[in-house]
Amino acid sequence: MSEFLLAAAGSVLLLVAVGLVRILRGPSNVDRMMAAQLFGTGGIATVLLLGAATGAAAAVDVALTLALLAAFASFAFVKAAPGDNEP
Amino acid sequence: MNIVLDWITIVAVTAGVFFFLAGTAGLLRFPDAVTRLHALTKADNLGLGLVALGLIAQAHSAAVVFELLVIWVLVVLSGSTAAQLIARAQRRGDAQP
Repeated sequence: MSEFLLAAAGSVLLLVAVGLVRILRGPSNVDRMMAAQLFGTGGIATVLLLGAATGAAAAVDVALTLALLAAFASFAFVKAAPGDNEP
Repeated sequence: MNIVLDWITIVAVTAGVFFFLAGTAGLLRFPDAVTRLHALTKADNLGLGLVALGLIAQAHSAAVVFELLVIWVLVVLSGSTAAQLIARAQRRGDAQP
Protein backbone atom coordinates (compact mmCIF):
# COMPACT_ATOMS: atom_id res chain seq x y z
CA MET A 1 0.00 0.00 0.00
CA SER A 2 2.81 2.39 0.87
CA GLU A 3 4.40 1.99 -2.59
CA PHE A 4 1.09 2.78 -4.25
CA LEU A 5 0.62 5.91 -2.12
CA LEU A 6 4.18 7.04 -2.90
CA ALA A 7 3.53 6.56 -6.63
CA ALA A 8 0.30 8.54 -6.35
CA ALA A 9 2.11 11.36 -4.50
CA GLY A 10 4.75 11.43 -7.24
CA SER A 11 2.09 11.55 -9.96
CA VAL A 12 0.25 14.46 -8.33
CA LEU A 13 3.52 16.34 -7.84
CA LEU A 14 4.45 15.76 -11.50
CA LEU A 15 1.03 17.01 -12.66
CA VAL A 16 1.37 20.14 -10.51
CA ALA A 17 4.84 20.77 -11.93
CA VAL A 18 3.49 20.46 -15.47
CA GLY A 19 0.70 22.87 -14.55
CA LEU A 20 3.29 25.46 -13.50
CA VAL A 21 4.05 25.94 -17.22
CA ARG A 22 1.01 28.23 -17.11
CA ILE A 23 3.03 30.64 -14.95
CA LEU A 24 5.58 30.97 -17.75
CA ARG A 25 3.02 31.27 -20.54
CA GLY A 26 0.64 33.64 -18.73
CA PRO A 27 -0.82 35.58 -20.49
CA SER A 28 -2.38 37.46 -17.57
CA ASN A 29 -1.68 37.51 -13.84
CA VAL A 30 -5.01 35.75 -13.29
CA ASP A 31 -3.66 32.70 -15.14
CA ARG A 32 -0.50 32.75 -13.05
CA MET A 33 -2.58 32.90 -9.87
CA MET A 34 -4.56 29.88 -11.04
CA ALA A 35 -1.34 27.89 -11.42
CA ALA A 36 -0.45 28.92 -7.87
CA GLN A 37 -3.88 27.72 -6.72
CA LEU A 38 -3.26 24.39 -8.45
CA PHE A 39 0.06 24.24 -6.59
CA GLY A 40 -1.80 24.76 -3.31
CA THR A 41 -4.37 22.04 -3.91
CA GLY A 42 -1.88 19.62 -5.41
CA GLY A 43 0.60 20.33 -2.64
CA ILE A 44 -1.99 19.46 0.00
CA ALA A 45 -2.76 16.18 -1.79
CA THR A 46 0.96 15.37 -2.11
CA VAL A 47 1.65 16.03 1.58
CA LEU A 48 -1.35 13.92 2.62
CA LEU A 49 -0.29 11.02 0.37
CA LEU A 50 3.34 11.20 1.52
CA GLY A 51 2.25 11.31 5.15
CA ALA A 52 0.06 8.24 4.72
CA ALA A 53 2.79 6.40 2.81
CA THR A 54 5.54 7.02 5.36
CA GLY A 55 3.37 6.95 8.48
CA ALA A 56 4.24 10.52 9.44
CA ALA A 57 1.17 11.55 11.41
CA ALA A 58 2.14 15.23 11.56
CA ALA A 59 1.75 15.51 7.77
CA VAL A 60 -2.00 16.00 8.21
CA ASP A 61 -1.34 19.11 10.34
CA VAL A 62 1.06 20.41 7.69
CA ALA A 63 -1.64 19.90 5.04
CA LEU A 64 -4.17 21.79 7.17
CA THR A 65 -1.78 24.75 7.48
CA LEU A 66 -1.11 24.62 3.74
CA ALA A 67 -4.86 24.72 3.05
CA LEU A 68 -5.17 27.89 5.13
CA LEU A 69 -2.17 29.56 3.47
CA ALA A 70 -3.41 28.70 -0.04
CA ALA A 71 -6.72 30.39 0.77
CA PHE A 72 -4.94 33.53 2.02
CA ALA A 73 -2.75 33.64 -1.11
CA SER A 74 -5.76 33.82 -3.41
CA PHE A 75 -7.50 36.48 -1.35
CA ALA A 76 -4.34 38.58 -1.12
CA PHE A 77 -3.98 38.39 -4.90
CA VAL A 78 -7.55 39.58 -5.45
CA LYS A 79 -7.15 42.44 -2.97
CA ALA A 80 -3.92 43.55 -4.64
CA ALA A 81 -5.33 43.32 -8.17
CA PRO A 82 -5.60 46.64 -10.04
CA GLY A 83 -9.03 48.28 -10.03
CA ASP A 84 -9.99 47.15 -6.56
CA ASN A 85 -11.56 50.31 -5.18
CA GLU A 86 -13.74 48.70 -2.53
CA PRO A 87 -12.81 49.30 1.10
CA MET B 1 -11.99 -5.97 5.99
CA ASN B 2 -8.46 -4.70 5.46
CA ILE B 3 -8.49 -5.78 1.82
CA VAL B 4 -11.79 -3.96 1.25
CA LEU B 5 -10.35 -0.78 2.81
CA ASP B 6 -7.19 -1.12 0.70
CA TRP B 7 -9.28 -1.40 -2.46
CA ILE B 8 -11.33 1.66 -1.48
CA THR B 9 -8.04 3.56 -1.06
CA ILE B 10 -6.65 2.36 -4.39
CA VAL B 11 -9.80 3.19 -6.35
CA ALA B 12 -10.38 6.60 -4.70
CA VAL B 13 -6.75 7.76 -4.89
CA THR B 14 -6.46 6.65 -8.52
CA ALA B 15 -9.64 8.56 -9.36
CA GLY B 16 -8.25 11.58 -7.48
CA VAL B 17 -5.01 11.51 -9.48
CA PHE B 18 -7.10 11.27 -12.66
CA PHE B 19 -9.01 14.43 -11.69
CA PHE B 20 -5.73 16.24 -10.98
CA LEU B 21 -4.68 15.17 -14.49
CA ALA B 22 -7.95 16.61 -15.86
CA GLY B 23 -7.39 19.87 -13.96
CA THR B 24 -3.84 20.26 -15.26
CA ALA B 25 -4.91 19.43 -18.81
CA GLY B 26 -7.70 22.01 -18.57
CA LEU B 27 -5.34 24.65 -17.16
CA LEU B 28 -2.92 24.13 -20.03
CA ARG B 29 -5.29 23.51 -22.93
CA PHE B 30 -8.41 25.65 -22.45
CA PRO B 31 -8.58 28.83 -24.56
CA ASP B 32 -9.26 31.67 -22.08
CA ALA B 33 -8.91 32.53 -18.40
CA VAL B 34 -12.50 31.91 -17.29
CA THR B 35 -12.71 28.43 -18.85
CA ARG B 36 -9.33 27.58 -17.31
CA LEU B 37 -10.62 28.76 -13.93
CA HIS B 38 -13.68 26.55 -14.36
CA ALA B 39 -11.59 23.48 -15.22
CA LEU B 40 -9.10 24.07 -12.43
CA THR B 41 -11.37 24.76 -9.47
CA LYS B 42 -13.84 21.94 -10.08
CA ALA B 43 -11.46 19.18 -11.07
CA ASP B 44 -8.83 19.91 -8.42
CA ASN B 45 -11.22 20.13 -5.50
CA LEU B 46 -12.86 16.87 -6.56
CA GLY B 47 -9.42 15.27 -6.95
CA LEU B 48 -8.38 16.36 -3.47
CA GLY B 49 -11.71 15.13 -2.09
CA LEU B 50 -11.17 11.69 -3.61
CA VAL B 51 -7.59 11.54 -2.30
CA ALA B 52 -8.84 12.48 1.18
CA LEU B 53 -11.60 9.84 0.92
CA GLY B 54 -9.02 7.23 -0.03
CA LEU B 55 -6.81 8.18 2.92
CA ILE B 56 -9.75 8.14 5.34
CA ALA B 57 -9.99 4.41 4.62
CA GLN B 58 -6.37 4.09 5.87
CA ALA B 59 -6.75 6.35 8.92
CA HIS B 60 -6.11 4.80 12.32
CA SER B 61 -8.05 7.19 14.54
CA ALA B 62 -11.24 9.24 14.41
CA ALA B 63 -9.23 12.44 14.91
CA VAL B 64 -7.33 11.87 11.65
CA VAL B 65 -10.59 11.18 9.79
CA PHE B 66 -12.03 14.42 11.15
CA GLU B 67 -8.90 16.37 10.24
CA LEU B 68 -8.93 15.04 6.66
CA LEU B 69 -12.58 16.06 6.33
CA VAL B 70 -11.80 19.53 7.72
CA ILE B 71 -8.98 19.97 5.20
CA TRP B 72 -11.24 19.03 2.32
CA VAL B 73 -14.13 21.27 3.44
CA LEU B 74 -11.70 24.17 3.95
CA VAL B 75 -10.23 23.70 0.47
CA VAL B 76 -13.66 23.43 -1.16
CA LEU B 77 -14.94 26.58 0.59
CA SER B 78 -11.83 28.66 -0.07
CA GLY B 79 -11.48 27.28 -3.62
CA SER B 80 -15.02 28.20 -4.62
CA THR B 81 -14.79 31.63 -2.99
CA ALA B 82 -11.42 32.31 -4.61
CA ALA B 83 -12.80 31.19 -8.00
CA GLN B 84 -15.56 33.83 -7.79
CA LEU B 85 -13.11 36.52 -6.67
CA ILE B 86 -10.54 35.68 -9.35
CA ALA B 87 -13.23 35.71 -12.05
CA ARG B 88 -14.28 39.18 -10.82
CA ALA B 89 -10.69 40.40 -10.93
CA GLN B 90 -10.47 39.03 -14.46
CA ARG B 91 -13.60 40.95 -15.55
CA ARG B 92 -12.28 44.16 -13.99
CA GLY B 93 -9.05 43.64 -15.87
CA ASP B 94 -10.98 43.19 -19.13
CA ALA B 95 -12.96 46.39 -18.55
CA GLN B 96 -9.79 48.45 -18.11
CA PRO B 97 -7.85 49.01 -21.33
